[in-house]
Amino acid sequence: MNWAEIGTYAAAVFLLVGALFTLVGAIGLLRFNDAMTRLHAPTKVGTVGIGALLLASMTASFVFGEGSFHELLIMAFLFVTAPISANFMSKVNIHRKTCVPPPVPPHGETWSTLVKDEIDQVPTGTQS
Amino acid sequence: MTRLFNWLFPHPAMTLILAIVWIILQNDLSYGMAVFGLILGIIIPRMTAVWWPDRPSGFKIGKMTAYVILVMWDIMVANVQVAWIVLTRPNSKLRPAWIIIPLDLRQPEAITVLAGTITLTPGTVSADVSNTGHYLLVHALDAPDPDAVRDEIKQRYEARLKEIFV
Amino acid sequence: MMPADDLFSWALAIAFAAIAISQLLAMVRLVIGPGTADRILALDTMVVNAIGVIVLLGISQGTRLYFEVALIIAMLGFVSTVAYARFVLRGDIIE
Repeated sequence: MNWAEIGTYAAAVFLLVGALFTLVGAIGLLRFNDAMTRLHAPTKVGTVGIGALLLASMTASFVFGEGSFHELLIMAFLFVTAPISANFMSKVNIHRKTCVPPPVPPHGETWSTLVKDEIDQVPTGTQS
Repeated sequence: MTRLFNWLFPHPAMTLILAIVWIILQNDLSYGMAVFGLILGIIIPRMTAVWWPDRPSGFKIGKMTAYVILVMWDIMVANVQVAWIVLTRPNSKLRPAWIIIPLDLRQPEAITVLAGTITLTPGTVSADVSNTGHYLLVHALDAPDPDAVRDEIKQRYEARLKEIFV
Repeated sequence: MMPADDLFSWALAIAFAAIAISQLLAMVRLVIGPGTADRILALDTMVVNAIGVIVLLGISQGTRLYFEVALIIAMLGFVSTVAYARFVLRGDIIE
């Protein structure tokens, strides 16, 4: 058993793990019945699945051709942006009231999505 | 000398990260690319320092690396748990919960890193922050005991972040 | 034990099938999804899966040409998700 064979096995395992996690993310997107619980599976399990596929691509490039490591960049980008997308989508859920309303924070504060700011309070006389 | 260093490297970690990103983007690990990446890493933070006035001064790179490794391990372990919940747990037995986390951190950068960590470790999504920035709203996928989740996040992640951003 | 190359090509085929199925499931959620956030989430999932398809194409053809495509789709997908969510939240994208 030489290094190329071990690398091929490793790439195959990464491919299978990535395929499984991506599928689980999509199943979770489809089967939960609340808008907030639906957010959990695809934003994280799916992201890790794609991360595993990128890892497989990196391993395969080192085994079959000249190595490349710039898939790391896509992986890092996905891992940095996934929390921001999830945060925006849960803000949309809270704003449109399509989920169980969150509890009110203590000491008279409010959640910043629910704060009424000047954008919402356009004076009626200005629209002629 | 330190003033010259601070003028030239407003954010040493960012210089390093930009150089590494340039090398990876070019897919070419050579001296020329390293030097060009370092040049970019000096010019870009220098030119954008004006728009980031209150950047955290005491940032510990070593502890941040240890934190990143810990978070990666947690992501892998917790992903398997969430995949198991998705595949086996029926909807009626799922107990989602809102959790309010009182924050001891005050810097916006530290709160951002904490919120990103909470979202990436599966089972929890950070949803919102209160208008003064003292509370974080977290949604948990399956939490029979919400207080335990809150305490674990505070001990495992926030305590470490408090040492990183001093 | 299967020879390594056979296992690899089987794994590649399984991965293509899995991503195609998850793309279809996300499309179902995009059509039925009751709320706006569900549709945004389905679109975001489809963008992430599209990156996976491109990466798999790159593996199966043994070329590195697709890297830039995947990177640009990742960036555009993130920006469009945020723009869509922000439009729903504020009624405006750039204030």
